[in-house]
Amino acid sequence: MSAQPATTSISPARRQELIRALGGVLPPAALLTEAEELRPYECDGLSAYRHLPMLVVLPETLEQAQAVLRICREQQVPVVTRGAGTGLSGGALPLAHGVLMGMARFNRILGIDPDNRCARVQPGVRNLAISEAAASHGLYYAPDPSSQIACSIGGNVAENSGGVHCLKYGLTVHNVLAVELLTIEGEQITLGSRALDAPGYDLLAVINGSEGMLGVITEVTVKLLPRPERAQALLAAFDDIETAGAAVARIIGAGIIPAGLEMMDNPAIRAAEAFVHAGYPVEAAAILLCELDGTNAEVSEQVMVVRRLLLDCGAREVRTASDDAERARFWAGRKAAFPAVGRISPDYYCMDGTIPRRHLGPVLRRIAEMEQEYGLRVANVFHAGDGNLHPLILFDANNPGELERAEAFGGRILELCVEMGGTVTGEHGVGIEKLDQMCVQFAPAELQQFHALKAAFDPDGLLNPGKAVPTLHRCAEFGAMHVHGGQLPHPELPRF
Amino acid sequence: MHEQDLGESLTEQVRAAAAAGTPLRIAGGDSKAFHGRQVDAGCTSLCVAGHTGVVAYEPTELAITLRAGTPLAEVEALLSEQGQQLPFEPPAFGPGATIGGAVASGLAGPRRPFAGAVRDAVLGVQLINGRGERLDFGGRVMKNVAGYDVSRLMAGAQGTLGVLLEVSLKVLPSPQGELTLVQEVSASQALERMIRWSRQALPITGLCHTDGRLYVRLGGGEQTLAETRQQLGGEALGPGPSFWADLKEQRLPFFGQPGPLWRLSLPPATPLQDECLLDWGGAQRWVIGDLAADELRERVARAGGHATLFRHHDGRGEVFHPLPAPLLALHRRVKQALDPQRLFNPGRLYAEL
Ligand SMILES: Cc1cc2nc3c(=O)[nH]c(=O)nc-3n(C[C@H](O)[C@H](O)[C@H](O)COP(=O)(O)OP(=O)(O)OC[C@H]3O[C@@H](n4cnc5c(N)ncnc54)[C@H](O)[C@@H]3O)c2cc1C
Repeated sequence: MSAQPATTSISPARRQELIRALGGVLPPAALLTEAEELRPYECDGLSAYRHLPMLVVLPETLEQAQAVLRICREQQVPVVTRGAGTGLSGGALPLAHGVLMGMARFNRILGIDPDNRCARVQPGVRNLAISEAAASHGLYYAPDPSSQIACSIGGNVAENSGGVHCLKYGLTVHNVLAVELLTIEGEQITLGSRALDAPGYDLLAVINGSEGMLGVITEVTVKLLPRPERAQALLAAFDDIETAGAAVARIIGAGIIPAGLEMMDNPAIRAAEAFVHAGYPVEAAAILLCELDGTNAEVSEQVMVVRRLLLDCGAREVRTASDDAERARFWAGRKAAFPAVGRISPDYYCMDGTIPRRHLGPVLRRIAEMEQEYGLRVANVFHAGDGNLHPLILFDANNPGELERAEAFGGRILELCVEMGGTVTGEHGVGIEKLDQMCVQFAPAELQQFHALKAAFDPDGLLNPGKAVPTLHRCAEFGAMHVHGGQLPHPELPRF
Repeated sequence: MHEQDLGESLTEQVRAAAAAGTPLRIAGGDSKAFHGRQVDAGCTSLCVAGHTGVVAYEPTELAITLRAGTPLAEVEALLSEQGQQLPFEPPAFGPGATIGGAVASGLAGPRRPFAGAVRDAVLGVQLINGRGERLDFGGRVMKNVAGYDVSRLMAGAQGTLGVLLEVSLKVLPSPQGELTLVQEVSASQALERMIRWSRQALPITGLCHTDGRLYVRLGGGEQTLAETRQQLGGEALGPGPSFWADLKEQRLPFFGQPGPLWRLSLPPATPLQDECLLDWGGAQRWVIGDLAADELRERVARAGGHATLFRHHDGRGEVFHPLPAPLLALHRRVKQALDPQRLFNPGRLYAEL
């Protein structure tokens, strides 16, 4: 597919030369060169894009990672860093002429400091493992992407990942105190500190969400929070989606910031119910899941208010979880929404736009119209509190042209988000997937500024080249096939 | 509120400065002129204070977009009408304070450990870079990972990377009610309590110790406040001039002592060393006196923190904690990427930048 970064080939002699050099600094088991060993690394969670890396390295120590970077820089070979490979935008897609550096063996929790409420961990540690390790201190790590049993904290930082609790507790960027970074020169730099700030520019903020383009993260210090005394969940069913959207605005307007506030539309409700039997009302046009947490008194006060607001707003049913088991059931359907949709459709394509919440109604109406236009169905899962939409476009890759149609449809949804004052990605990153839509969201001078910032970290452009920020040339080409007003000349034709 | 769009004229001034190679000293209300190093000699003033007004404010979206010269006091009044507030509780340090200055200085008040820093609330900016280009980064929505986070980079950069024209900020509902508890305890007992309470999920929004007293600010509904008070103990602070506003604006008697004022930013549980005012639950400590800078900085760095010479200095030496060489080199390249001619506030953050 032409959305892939251009692959320049590399001569067998240079490849051998590189293998020899890397063999000198890595144990044999940390250097993979055979096609069958490389295969597991050919794609990330965006599996429509795949190809083999030239080589895979799996360093275990800082010195090894440093040595790999120095060699790659010397030989001017690009490096793609990979965490757990669950990314949904192709950020860890390898390059045929590049080295893929897997950080999975950096998997140790280095220390938990309960009094300073932080944990020092290696980047390959799984998101959920941090909360598990902190649990005995009554603490946890707040950002909880649905992939949290698998994704790595290094990948979370690189994507600035969110979760269902980020309205109240923030994204990864709000919950990371410091990172250790290796530059492409192999130089180690500390950004941030265990204090609440650090001197100089806030480069830590820039590293969050930088998609492996600026450096290799070798250690992360995360903030830990005390477990709230109590959490309570409500489930409200609505006869139409716009009423549900209005209810979200009412709750927030009443001065309440729920720990989680999620919406699912009817197709998503049905898929989830069929999969996990959460007891969802399958006739509802939309459900809202609202979680409140805090001290006992706080939660009691807020549950009353939210319940009344939901009913006032026209919810046809409001359930309050009677215990933690029921609360877990309410969430089970939402957390399993992606795999649930995976069961009802051979393939699905997950979008990740964000809009100002007040435009939810018009945006969903437009998406419904586009379903007709593209002949594909959509199930909507929505981080309603913060305006982050995940339309899941259902398709069957075995039907010729459907993948391309799904991609074109997805692109249009993202452009619609930009039109509404939102953004093309709320939490999954640009990767290779949304390069074209970046041209819609940013002006050429802004893209140039991004490239200049990248060059400040990585002057030779060796770290994850071709991802996250499109070249102006690409945008010019994309613009040429684009007609203003969001109308493609031939929506039925694949765009790549 | 006074609305005035000076975006074009400010951009023109930057372009002219870029063409002539004249460095600029960017000023909002100049309320924080004392903060940081003196800018290099030969700077022309670029005044952003006239660029004012609310570009967008939708309370239920929890976001506000403001022109950078909008007075901080007006922003706070506007939010307060809607029962909302800036999470980071910025100090004004003078009547002229602007929202742009609040973001550029990166300073936050007592609520910082509980509601986040300035950068945590930044959603987007419009800025003029050193090439005189007017650029938008981030946005007005809560979640946005498109492109590098240039917006948050502006918080605390002391205006050295660009001229802020607009800022979009996350806002939060103000708590239904507030209550301050006071306990007469030593500094070490206070720190011990701060650490203990911070490990529990309590509705705390301020933790300070000064002058033999621990001040705890709580926020929430009536029942929440009553129960938490019962749990923590202490006398309720009566109405009157607000302790927290005086703390934030550095009007407490502590700040009246003679000598340079140092700000120590430390991991909160760092054992006490100096006679200090403890804020941020122990993570921000103020020390006054003629301390040996190198010795203090080394000690604070060893504990995992950094020290800033905050007030009462000549602005010529190091004000912010010196950076290790590789990090400083990276800072220079980042500065180069945004402001290649070193036009904006040269020397304000570090002599080299
Ligand atoms: C079922 C499912 C549900 C998901 N739910 C969510 C969700 O709720 N919220 C959400 O935000 N995301 C979600 N995701 C997306 C994904 O899990 C996150 O983006 C995650 O942070 C990726 O982590 P990873 O370790 O798998 O990184 P990878 O996919 O391996 O890499 C992602 C990016 O990070 C870079 N990278 C990885 N490690 C490092 C490092 N050490 N140093 C520098 N760069 C590095 C890579 O180069 C790449 O650009 C979901 C994915 C799936 C499959």
